[in-house]
Amino acid sequence: MTRSFDILMVGIGGQGIILASNILGEACLIEGRSVRGAETHGMAQRGGSVEGHIRIDGKFGPLIAPGTAHLMIAFDMLEALRYAHFLMPDGHMVVNSHIVIPTSVFMQGAAIPDKEAVRERLEGWPLCLVDADVLAAEAGSPLSQNVVMIGAASWFMPFAPSSLLTAVERLVPKKTVAINRNAFELGRAAGEKCKEGSRNA
Amino acid sequence: MTTQYLLGNEAIARGCLASPVHFVTGYPGTPSSEVIDILRSLPERDFYVEWSVNEKVALENALAAAWCGLRALCTMKHVGLNVAADPLMTSAYTGVTGGLVIMSADDPFAHSSQNEQDSRCYALFSRLPCLDPSTIQEAHDMVRDAFALSEEFSLPVIFRPTTRICHSKGDTVTGDPAHVKRKGEFQRNPQQYVVIPAHTRVLHRKLNQKQPLVKRALVEKGYNHAVVRGPVAVVASGIAASYVQEVLPDSVSFMKIGAYPIDEEWLAAFVQQHEMVLVVEELHPVVEDAVRQVAGCVAVHGKKDGMVPYEGELSTVAVAKIMQACGIAPSRVFSEPSPAGDVPGRPPILCAGCMHRPVFYAMRRVFKDGIFPSDIGCYTLGLQLGAVDTTICMGASVTVASGIAQSGEDRDVVATIGDSTFLHTGIPGLLNAVYNGAKMILVILDNRVTAMTGHQPNPSSGMTACGTPVPPVSLEAICRACGVSYVETVDPYDLVSLISVLKEARERPGVKVIIARQPCVITARRAGIRRGRYQVDPETCTACGLCIKFGCPAIEKAGEKAFINDLCSGCGVCVQICPAGAIGREVKR
Repeated sequence: MTRSFDILMVGIGGQGIILASNILGEACLIEGRSVRGAETHGMAQRGGSVEGHIRIDGKFGPLIAPGTAHLMIAFDMLEALRYAHFLMPDGHMVVNSHIVIPTSVFMQGAAIPDKEAVRERLEGWPLCLVDADVLAAEAGSPLSQNVVMIGAASWFMPFAPSSLLTAVERLVPKKTVAINRNAFELGRAAGEKCKEGSRNA
Repeated sequence: MTTQYLLGNEAIARGCLASPVHFVTGYPGTPSSEVIDILRSLPERDFYVEWSVNEKVALENALAAAWCGLRALCTMKHVGLNVAADPLMTSAYTGVTGGLVIMSADDPFAHSSQNEQDSRCYALFSRLPCLDPSTIQEAHDMVRDAFALSEEFSLPVIFRPTTRICHSKGDTVTGDPAHVKRKGEFQRNPQQYVVIPAHTRVLHRKLNQKQPLVKRALVEKGYNHAVVRGPVAVVASGIAASYVQEVLPDSVSFMKIGAYPIDEEWLAAFVQQHEMVLVVEELHPVVEDAVRQVAGCVAVHGKKDGMVPYEGELSTVAVAKIMQACGIAPSRVFSEPSPAGDVPGRPPILCAGCMHRPVFYAMRRVFKDGIFPSDIGCYTLGLQLGAVDTTICMGASVTVASGIAQSGEDRDVVATIGDSTFLHTGIPGLLNAVYNGAKMILVILDNRVTAMTGHQPNPSSGMTACGTPVPPVSLEAICRACGVSYVETVDPYDLVSLISVLKEARERPGVKVIIARQPCVITARRAGIRRGRYQVDPETCTACGLCIKFGCPAIEKAGEKAFINDLCSGCGVCVQICPAGAIGREVKR
């Protein structure tokens, strides 16, 4: 039995994880492959931690087991750390190089997580840090950072890049297709540097 | 026929269209809400769809439509079925003419629910057939065929997906929408529809007589099926069947239960061919009870010998472990890496600019030792702000408040309830509190929409499910009609007025109602309302931290001082909290 290629996407409600996971699902349909997925719905809109599971060639349940994900795409470094145990030991991690500090940290006067310390802890896995905020702005809209991340991670997914790009074009709002095409290409260029061994794209 | 990557609830909606359905009712509740949200947003629609005010109302409307010969769908979450249980139980006696499918979405692990009850128990209790999908494709196909099943036996059918079906996705082959129109027509038949004792005794016997036929049909239609491969078997139902199939070795027999009631003879024949049977299902041991009844000397593992948990949800990992514990080697084993323990939590919180936050803030300021019963909605997050002391079920803020007040408690009792929840089941409690002379305050958090479940309209929104404008109901008039003499409406962004109204209400006798009204900040943004942003003047900020304690996600710390980030939606409440006068409107440079 061939196993599925499992991707975990993590981030914060409102960062576009549902659209991003739909893009991967659409890419599966384009390539005629089965797929299973699951996301946090509902209250996630209220700024909570969210996860999206995508199992390419999946035929059974939608959830990825801890320690078995082939790839993690994280929209926030702190969320990457929270879910890092889902990755298999040599699984790739593509991470947006930003941290949104949880409001509860300020309210409770807790220690503010240090970005460098988080980064060091993530380096236990093959890590690709991408400044998706900057690249999305460069592409034409801060809302396109989810597509930047897909572009960057495209090197580590078992899809033809053209399938991913077609999926992006089909699913993003019509008037933002050009921006999102830019976002995908900018992300892909950034990811390529990771592929070549540099940890900072 | 097309293949799409669909959310479970979208697949369910497509299945209904393929049936087709003629009449749709429901009350929003996670994880069920998207089914009606998808059906009501279709550009063209040749069926009736409503958001009802509660689940009992929804089911009675759908039942009536089915009596008139239409195919009717009624959706709710599992706890909604408690509200609809009264019509449910007797609808099994009256039966239906058109197909009636009652979708009750269960929530193992209580991802967004107050309990983990199992709707299959209602199926046993009412003696209605129940379909329990294990994949999204099956959810689509089952609901599509459920209407015909309902018509075949003239019985409502309970359709019971779980969160991992409703909110999962998969490649799904959907049928084309069928456009078979029906016109509702009520055929008078008192023996069927007037359940006086003389009629209902006969109807009960008829319901019981249908049971063997239903059981047999559910096997014949393939909902319940089995394959014998060896002396050991795993029996599974619902999403757990998908988890089992991922790790089931080739030498182990497998039975999948997708529908209830289970045919005991068929089940016994399978069980008796084995030495050991493991039953894997989430929540109540419905299948296990049936297996144990027919097992005789066959060893049975499940919840009752502690192998499978009663509570929470299962997973492939959990199933593999259970199989190992029962001596079945799974085809795959999993390591169990633990998460980094020291990552600060990121729970959902009230949005920046949410109208609930200043209400909770004001309540805590005015009622320092107050008791705060609350209800089901986004505002349950007021727990984080110390302003929610109880929630139990829809509408219970009012009744718990009056119960506490009437029990001799001297402290002020101040309850909170949302507009939709008040209209759902809050009104009878208010009427009761006034009638019986309770001393309490009820704050209705009126954001004009059912926000938590995805911004569904309700009678206070001014439009129907399909967007038809209607006059919004007057909450003030309802409260006055219940006999409340003190009804005040206040803008929650106006903290000074809010606090003064709360203080005034504290001094009044009897039941006082304060309606705090501002549109939900998300619907306001979607409607194009822009209020501008606020900023902190770092020179004036004294780093006292009062605005940080307010808990707005737009206010963070930059060093010691406060800083307002771009989540600010311009409610301006923090301006009224800052004792130094350091917060003002953003100055564009």
